[in-house]
Amino acid sequence: MARSLKKGPYIDFRLEKKVDKMNEGGKKSVIKTWSRRSMISPDFVGHTFAVHNGNKFIPVFITENMVGHKMGEFAPTRNFRGHTAKKDKGKR
Amino acid sequence: MARIAGVDIPDNKRGEISLTYIFGIGRSSAKSILERANVDLDKKVRDWTEDESGAIRAIITNEFKTEGVLKSEIQLNIKRLMDIGSYRGLRHRKGLPVRGQKTKNNARTRKGKRKTVANKKKATK
Repeated sequence: MARSLKKGPYIDFRLEKKVDKMNEGGKKSVIKTWSRRSMISPDFVGHTFAVHNGNKFIPVFITENMVGHKMGEFAPTRNFRGHTAKKDKGKR
Repeated sequence: MARIAGVDIPDNKRGEISLTYIFGIGRSSAKSILERANVDLDKKVRDWTEDESGAIRAIITNEFKTEGVLKSEIQLNIKRLMDIGSYRGLRHRKGLPVRGQKTKNNARTRKGKRKTVANKKKATK
């Protein structure tokens, strides 16, 4: 179910603070984050985030189109490599 | 046969039903269109007067996205999801269910016809 509009978007407080700081200083560096649940706000555009996927950090460059999505949507947590080729187990 | 919004030609049904033959118009929008155009919901399409069908046509072309326009918009939305590399986009790319359904079995609408993988040899004793 979608989040109530009344509450506004959820953005991790600390993450927001970090981005604000960078925007003020005009600096750009990769921000590591575990906060997959944070929504991407328009301030984030142009920054690169390293989003944790439970194992490692996936670099995500934020573009205009991504605003409104959640961080976690861009760092897949599962890695499906396909089914194993079944070996012929010799019939008896 | 009436011709509304391009190619659609529904007929000899009640207006409310007939309008739903247009892609992008369902029962509720059909109802609201007819109410706004002051046409009786139960009136068959062939009984519409020129004025009535004109009014309906005007409402649809001005306020509704139908047929090709709507279809291309949907495709664009999907393409956007794929381009930004979001999870939903990946699922679209792979042709798997997008909204978190299980795929252990079923999900045939998205996956298409079953493709059998080389079956296991039965142990014969």
